[in-house]
Amino acid sequence: MIAPASDIVVRAEGLVKKFKNFRAVDGLDLTIERGMIYGFLGPNGSGKTTAMRMLTGLLTPTEGTVEVLGLSVPKDAETLKYKIGYMTQTFSLYGDLTVLENLNFMSTIYGLPRKKRQDRIREVMDRYELTDLKDRFAGKMSGGQRQRLALATAVLHEPQLLFLDEPTSAVDPESRRHFWEQLFDLVENGTSIIVTTHFMDEAERCHKIAILEAGQKRADGAPKELMAAMGANVVEIEGPNLREIRRHLLGTAGVMAAAQLGARLRVLVDDDIRDPRSFLKEKPETDGATLIEQVRPNLEDVFVTATGEGRQ
Amino acid sequence: MRSLSRISAIFLKELAQLRRDRMTFGMVIMIPLIQLILFGYAINTNIRDIPVAVVDQSQTALSRILIQMVEATRVVKVTERLSTPEEAEAAIKSARVRAAFVLPEDLSQRIVRSPSVGRGTPPSTDEETSRPVAQWIVDGSDTMIAGAIKSLRSMPLSELNRQAPNRSTPTFEVALFFNPEQRTAINIVPGLVGIILTMTMIMFTSAAIVRERERGNMEMLINTPVRPMELMIGKIIPYIFIGLLQTVIILGLGHMLFNVPFGDKTLDLLIGTLLFIGASLSLGLVLSTIAQSQLQATQMTVFVLLPSILLSGFMFPYEGMPLIAQYIAEAFPATHFMRMVRGFVLRDAGLVDLHRDVLWMCGFFVLGMTVAALRFKKRLD
Repeated sequence: MIAPASDIVVRAEGLVKKFKNFRAVDGLDLTIERGMIYGFLGPNGSGKTTAMRMLTGLLTPTEGTVEVLGLSVPKDAETLKYKIGYMTQTFSLYGDLTVLENLNFMSTIYGLPRKKRQDRIREVMDRYELTDLKDRFAGKMSGGQRQRLALATAVLHEPQLLFLDEPTSAVDPESRRHFWEQLFDLVENGTSIIVTTHFMDEAERCHKIAILEAGQKRADGAPKELMAAMGANVVEIEGPNLREIRRHLLGTAGVMAAAQLGARLRVLVDDDIRDPRSFLKEKPETDGATLIEQVRPNLEDVFVTATGEGRQ
Repeated sequence: MRSLSRISAIFLKELAQLRRDRMTFGMVIMIPLIQLILFGYAINTNIRDIPVAVVDQSQTALSRILIQMVEATRVVKVTERLSTPEEAEAAIKSARVRAAFVLPEDLSQRIVRSPSVGRGTPPSTDEETSRPVAQWIVDGSDTMIAGAIKSLRSMPLSELNRQAPNRSTPTFEVALFFNPEQRTAINIVPGLVGIILTMTMIMFTSAAIVRERERGNMEMLINTPVRPMELMIGKIIPYIFIGLLQTVIILGLGHMLFNVPFGDKTLDLLIGTLLFIGASLSLGLVLSTIAQSQLQATQMTVFVLLPSILLSGFMFPYEGMPLIAQYIAEAFPATHFMRMVRGFVLRDAGLVDLHRDVLWMCGFFVLGMTVAALRFKKRLD
């Protein structure tokens, strides 16, 4: 079912970005609905950041059309900037200004009315636990604190759509969990969020994701749907000589990928093979295995089947 | 309204950053202080006490008196006594002295016949009498030194015979306006305002935009609705105050240390200085949009600074330069400011008298700001 136009925050068709001869983004189509967290999952150099920059108007697409919040980009990029928030990959606020000074600066730059400014700053400082840090220099804060400040400044002007470029790459797991809870709070209040990541656990939290590789979209949808429609079954093998088993299996028809996870070997077997468990059991290489069992797929399996070696 | 508050936000942000950047802040004060003292004392076109050697081959009372007379002019100072002209040449070559004074053996006879002693003009047919009494061997590679010693060429010698120096009537009467004592500092100090402002203004602003890029703030900044012109204006305002502060330091200290007058045209001086500061800042901003790093910005500053020092008329008279160099000099704001500041401070000229330079400076400022704002792209490609 196609959602009505007002419920679409991003619509991109045939998006291409060429840098000299390199196609960083290569024919990307996107439809992103309002009120969800949409993730771009992909390895470094897969075009996640480039795609995001084209959506905000920072880069001009070589080909294709972009419409964000009903505005044509890059033509109406300046109008769009009032309606979107952006958190850069590396911390980009002023390290030699205090938390409060940074917030004051950004609130004025975004043209918040004078009366509203102080209330709004107090509100975000309160929500993102920055009140006690307000006189600290941003450059002297920890990764997690900086990230909260960056998020606070990005939402100061209450944007409808928030872009986060690898937001948690510089923070510890605890801060990361906390950060995602805050993102869901924002979504609850009607903000749509687009996030790039190369962490599977993060991608799994998104409502929908697009898996990117070499500037192309390999798969998109809700993580659950993607796992269901993966086109492969997952079997785990326990036993001795796992490295050797892996080497043998990788050359076998029907085996899409094999990777060791601690004491287990995780094997992706093509959908066409009806009983993947007995398929592996019958292989002479697995004779010494103590356990062979089919397990539930995860997002990493989806990622592996959709990209690189697993893709046919 | 939004524009104004955004400009003031950028201004306040720059001010806060500047206040915390002790190095830059120190330079704001130290550069004018040190340069003023350095240039004010060091640059002197009234050359005195050039070290010279004396080769006295006559060894008479007369020769000793002659040497004393030459020393009394204060142009030269005898630092060595040598016995042959060859030794003198070696001394010049090794730069121990800049010139040598060679008094020949027949000095006494030459002096008696010399017209400069003041015994009337002997017939010009007398070959002996047309010979000078002694010789100067000069390191002519430095034209200033050579010029100073050349001025000794026709030194009157009548005092040798205890006669009053013969008072000849000069061909021309020369009336020196504005700097009758011919003190170099009077010319240098106001010009120094131009040089120091060129240096600091361009240096600070040429780093202004690049710094945002280097420190990674640019990506965030171009994602905000800020307009390029707002950013440019907000960034230069703090430096306008800094420029004025430096001007006050230089002219104030110049008045105290070197007795350089302020002139009565304070308002004209203020407006002229503001225009020059604006022109320099806008030039710095243009450089800042070209440079890829703060290092490159500094290198480009030197590129502008050198011609500003050498061609603006700060050190060498503008009129003495070949036409092509004059055209190039016209392109630099410092050249126009040099005329303006010397006019206001020393010659009591006003903005009206120098309206061509004033207009040029206004044009440069507007053009610079426009180019900088146009060149500043809110894009990454």
